[in-house]
Amino acid sequence: MDDLPGGKTPRTLPRFSATFDPHSIAEIQRAASTGIYDIRGGGAKRKLPHFDDLLFLGASVSRYPLEGYRERCGSDVVLGTRFAKKPVCLKIPITIAGMSFGALSGNAKEALGRGASAAGTSTTTGDGGMTAEERGHSDILVYQYLPSRYGMNLTDLRRADAIEVVIGQGAKPGGGGMLLGQKISKRVAAMRNLPEGIDQRSACRHPDWTGPDDLEIKLLELRELTGWEKPIYVKVGASRPYYDIALAVKAGADVVVLDGMQGGTAATQEVFIEHVGLPILAAIRPAVQALQDLGMHRKVQLIVSGGIRSGADVAKALALGADAVAIGTAALIALGDNAPEWEVEYQALGTHAGAYDDWHEGQDPAGITTQDPALAARLDPIKAGRRLANYLAVLTLEAQAIARACGKSHLRNLEPEDLVALTVEAAAMAQVPLAGTGWIPGKTMGY
Amino acid sequence: MKPERKKGAGDAAVIDLGAMALRDVNALLQSLTPGTNEIAWRLTNPRGAHALAVGITAPALVSIEGPVGYYCAGMNNGATIDIFGNAGTGVAENMMSGIVHVHGDASQAAGATGHGGLLIIEGNAAARCGISMKGIDIVVKGSVGHMSGFMAQSGNLVVLGDAGEALGDSLYEARIFVRGAVASLGADCEAQEMTPEARAGLTALLRDAGCNAAPDEFQLYGSARRLYHFHVDHAGAY
Repeated sequence: MDDLPGGKTPRTLPRFSATFDPHSIAEIQRAASTGIYDIRGGGAKRKLPHFDDLLFLGASVSRYPLEGYRERCGSDVVLGTRFAKKPVCLKIPITIAGMSFGALSGNAKEALGRGASAAGTSTTTGDGGMTAEERGHSDILVYQYLPSRYGMNLTDLRRADAIEVVIGQGAKPGGGGMLLGQKISKRVAAMRNLPEGIDQRSACRHPDWTGPDDLEIKLLELRELTGWEKPIYVKVGASRPYYDIALAVKAGADVVVLDGMQGGTAATQEVFIEHVGLPILAAIRPAVQALQDLGMHRKVQLIVSGGIRSGADVAKALALGADAVAIGTAALIALGDNAPEWEVEYQALGTHAGAYDDWHEGQDPAGITTQDPALAARLDPIKAGRRLANYLAVLTLEAQAIARACGKSHLRNLEPEDLVALTVEAAAMAQVPLAGTGWIPGKTMGY
Repeated sequence: MKPERKKGAGDAAVIDLGAMALRDVNALLQSLTPGTNEIAWRLTNPRGAHALAVGITAPALVSIEGPVGYYCAGMNNGATIDIFGNAGTGVAENMMSGIVHVHGDASQAAGATGHGGLLIIEGNAAARCGISMKGIDIVVKGSVGHMSGFMAQSGNLVVLGDAGEALGDSLYEARIFVRGAVASLGADCEAQEMTPEARAGLTALLRDAGCNAAPDEFQLYGSARRLYHFHVDHAGAY
């Protein structure tokens, strides 16, 4: 046996398992120590097929573009044109997704309202009712109607601009809400009729209807309660989008909201977030197909969410057939969530800026996902609202830049024909050709 | 505040649901203001209509002469609504205040998520009666189906007959009084000793609902509060 120089015997280098990787090992150790599953906020963190796997083709000889700074590219959208007397008119096709007071601080809710209103779009309540802050600072407010019905009352229902019946969300299709005791403050508890400080577990099924036939009657009741004025959205987590969207339309939805597994949550089991549901890329085309098969595409508007970060993501979602998108996690980041200025405090919590997801613990240094008055006071709702408005403007400008390059005078004119996919998987999910070919897996033979 | 029945002002106005559209009926009742003199209303020929008499915010006296469908008197806020017939799913769902009186049987989810007011059911109520109730008082003179009082947060559910399986599952701070047999209790629901305060509340409810039963004939059920915080030793109950 040959020794290495110096007389040392060669040894196998330490080799980490691809299966039992460091994260998996740490999770086994944590589970064995605590006896409880991991709970966290945010959406799926694993690498998933996403909008990054799509490219726009842009104009050339066979298509001609619009001038980037001279020719108008519209961005407005009207939601709820099917039955509502007062549809929701937005200046941009980017809405703020439902996030509760309780999960978020009052200042954060106010900032979301300020930012959305400045951008000409809507924001949305969450599981816990409507606060004066968000109603007062939201020009267009969508009121969520959830299984828990926390804080649900006739006055707020009638002062909403639209109603969103939540059946599921992308982070946990089939799961109910969760808000741990650290965030059940006196005010949150009073709004939800719960004892202060308990771990709140929301139901996953609505208490007074089951199935699409019942849902149709529930939507009738909501319309009768509000004089048929307000658009009624139905929100589902992405799991069986073709059938779920078709049934929501059958039940009478004015707008359907489809949330992929990258969509965030305030608090859910990690195993639920990472292993249940579909990435939004895989869900849009089946949803659009359902609308088209029913002759309702563009008549019942489709909002998609789950991992929207940039104007490119917005443009791709619209090109695949959505009428608008919703952002949640990105909106919180724009407010100041995970900002580098809090790195020292993030480290004290055992994490880093950019990785912080223990939103359920209520210790957010940025003052957003907390009910601690001292932490919440760190967020200036006026400045944070401006940051959100800036971000929404950038998303819109980016999407318009892409649309003009594709020769579109309005964002709604983007279409699947503008797209190709970088991977076979993305081509199959988005039903657009693999780049450089005419091949759409499952659809065409290619060449 | 305890709801009271108000005296009618003269003859009731009659609305024939065979001749007037649901939307028009609801719009008329919803347009009544708290100070209205148009107090008494008779709705005839309801034919099982859904979402009838929902969202009323005036102290009106509404008498519905026949069976109704889903969500009758939903989100009622101050009216006294008598239903002379059976009621479908979700009668008086999310009621804020007032009185809803079913002179027949009620289907599933009667009084679901109600925040206040009094729901009286002369007959039986099906499954999930009082589910997620948030302050409403419910008196059922017959029996209730399974999962009644599921996740009930506050208020009182009084059952003069029997209760089905999994009564009060995942109960919060609502109180459940049952005079008859209970098929089984749900997670974290337990029989509790009747306190003087609970007895007083029950006595008042029995009086308001026109019941002759004695409070001592009832067993009180409440939350054991073992599930208020996650703990691995209680994992089997979740």
